Amino acid sequence: MIEAYFIHLLILVGIYAILAISLQLAVGFSGLLNLGHIAFYCIGAYTSALLALQGLPFWFCFLAAGFMAMVFGFLLSLPTNKLKGDYLALATLGFSFVVTAVALNWTGLTRGPLGLPGIPKPSFFGFSFANNFWFLILVLIIATASYLIIKRIIQSPFGKALEATRDDELATRVLGKNTLKLKSYSLAISAFFAGIAGSLYASYITFIDPSSFSLMQLIPVLCIVIIGGLASLKGTIIATVVLTLLPEPLRFIGFPSSVVGPMRQIIYSLLLLLILIYRPRGFFGKIELE
Amino acid sequence: MLTCLQLVKSFGGVKAVQSCSFEVKSNLITALIGPNGAGKSTVFNLISGIVKADAGKIIFQASKQVSSKQVGGEGINITNKSPEAISNLGMSRLFQKSRLFNNLTVKDNLLLAIDNEDTKFLKNLLGKNKITKEKEGSIKQILKLVEMESFENHIARDLSFGQKRLVELARAILNPHTFLMLDEPVAGVNPKLREVIANILLELKAKQETILLIEHDMHFTFSVADWVVVMQEGKVLVEGKPDEIKNNPKVLEAYLGE
Ligand SMILES: Nc1ncnc2c1ncn2[C@@H]1O[C@H](COP(=O)(O)OP(=O)(O)OP(=O)(O)O)[C@@H](O)[C@H]1O
Ligand SMILES: [Mg+2]
Repeated sequence: MIEAYFIHLLILVGIYAILAISLQLAVGFSGLLNLGHIAFYCIGAYTSALLALQGLPFWFCFLAAGFMAMVFGFLLSLPTNKLKGDYLALATLGFSFVVTAVALNWTGLTRGPLGLPGIPKPSFFGFSFANNFWFLILVLIIATASYLIIKRIIQSPFGKALEATRDDELATRVLGKNTLKLKSYSLAISAFFAGIAGSLYASYITFIDPSSFSLMQLIPVLCIVIIGGLASLKGTIIATVVLTLLPEPLRFIGFPSSVVGPMRQIIYSLLLLLILIYRPRGFFGKIELE
Repeated sequence: MLTCLQLVKSFGGVKAVQSCSFEVKSNLITALIGPNGAGKSTVFNLISGIVKADAGKIIFQASKQVSSKQVGGEGINITNKSPEAISNLGMSRLFQKSRLFNNLTVKDNLLLAIDNEDTKFLKNLLGKNKITKEKEGSIKQILKLVEMESFENHIARDLSFGQKRLVELARAILNPHTFLMLDEPVAGVNPKLREVIANILLELKAKQETILLIEHDMHFTFSVADWVVVMQEGKVLVEGKPDEIKNNPKVLEAYLGE
């Protein structure tokens, strides 16, 4: 029983880790304060779920989720590319409201608030991941691969060009670099990983509805990115593990689920506040933004 | 190499540049001098495309490198081009205020200047954009030139003001160009290094480069410049050879004093 519960938690850690490191790519490494990240997660989840319900194989639904989110990431970057800091945050926030509104109201496709039940569990060329232990293995493999790919990106000269754009966009342009293109790529790549995280989530829970992708779901991910430290992948992973598991012991001291939920948010907000006051770079953050 | 024709730029009510015209000749060091607020940096910003002109025209004679010989190309109207397009025509610049990538190392700051292969996502993802020995070598060489070799792996943010200037100068020189614009390169730099920088500029000139320089240090300016353009209140007051400018009564009154 406790083992099954622990496996469940670790699966969530894996999915959150993908979501958090991809947000870190946009926020920490590219300086794009993207509050629409949860919308890409939503787009990925719905894409994957709808295709899986049509009987398409998991690997296809999974990749389609990533690509669909990536296309939306790229499209969102076109009008918002020239916005800076707070304005970009507002515009991307608006985007996430639009996406949830579409999920709620395009009932012909998404069944609106009723959600999509009965999403098949993944299977891969006949091997089923319906068992949670095997699902955990799948999530860990994908999370590790995502981590390695994002790490490779940020350590390459391309990643340095993203960081240069973050630190001083004008100086980067004067060196001859097309920073609009750099920012579009960053947002699209970041969205791709949020999309595949959404696919994993949909096929794990087997039911999605628009409330799974509200702004409230973004807050913990954003907390992880900031508390772990901007532009630190290691910090992001550690923060994901700690912050996801942290509120759990409350259950064992006898708190009911109805209390643990809000407590989680209170803990996150308190931690965020303390970090911003005492350690503005986060635990492993390397950078200071002007 | 570069011709500015009747440039005009206002910021709200401030007429920063008013009908400013001058020419920068190839393979010479031209100095742009004048009192604070004369509009010198604004002219730089207009040329590099950061600020759009209200009126006027900027023509750039991008020279192409053909088998180590400079061949004059067509004059290009760069008045409405983007900063990156202008940069890629072969223009590099140093800002008056420090604009290093503060969270990156000195080495990364310089690597970014060498080429634009780093904007190609797939090439980088596949590991085909390597930091070659050649690139490492040119970074070592330029850092040696500005006496900053031991700071290669330092984070730019942690450098002193003068050190930042030197790294920025190195970055501007490393950025591929035929035309170099320097906005106060020796402000805040110690006297010994000022001489080093003067020598670097003369060496670049010997390598057929064209330099446009803004500088308040007159000793430095007159020791390197071949031609001096004096600006005042957004206009060109007078221009000429350093010796003529030094003794020009109008310039003495407006700027040099005494
Ligand atoms: N972005 C801007 N917004 C508003 N005003 C500006 C801007 N840039 C320059 N100015 C104004 O334009 C005028 C010319 O400024 P500029 O920086 O070109 O002078 P400068 O000759 O470089 O002076 P200094 O020698 O002090 O660097 C000044 O009055 C300045 O306040
Ligand atoms: Mg100036």
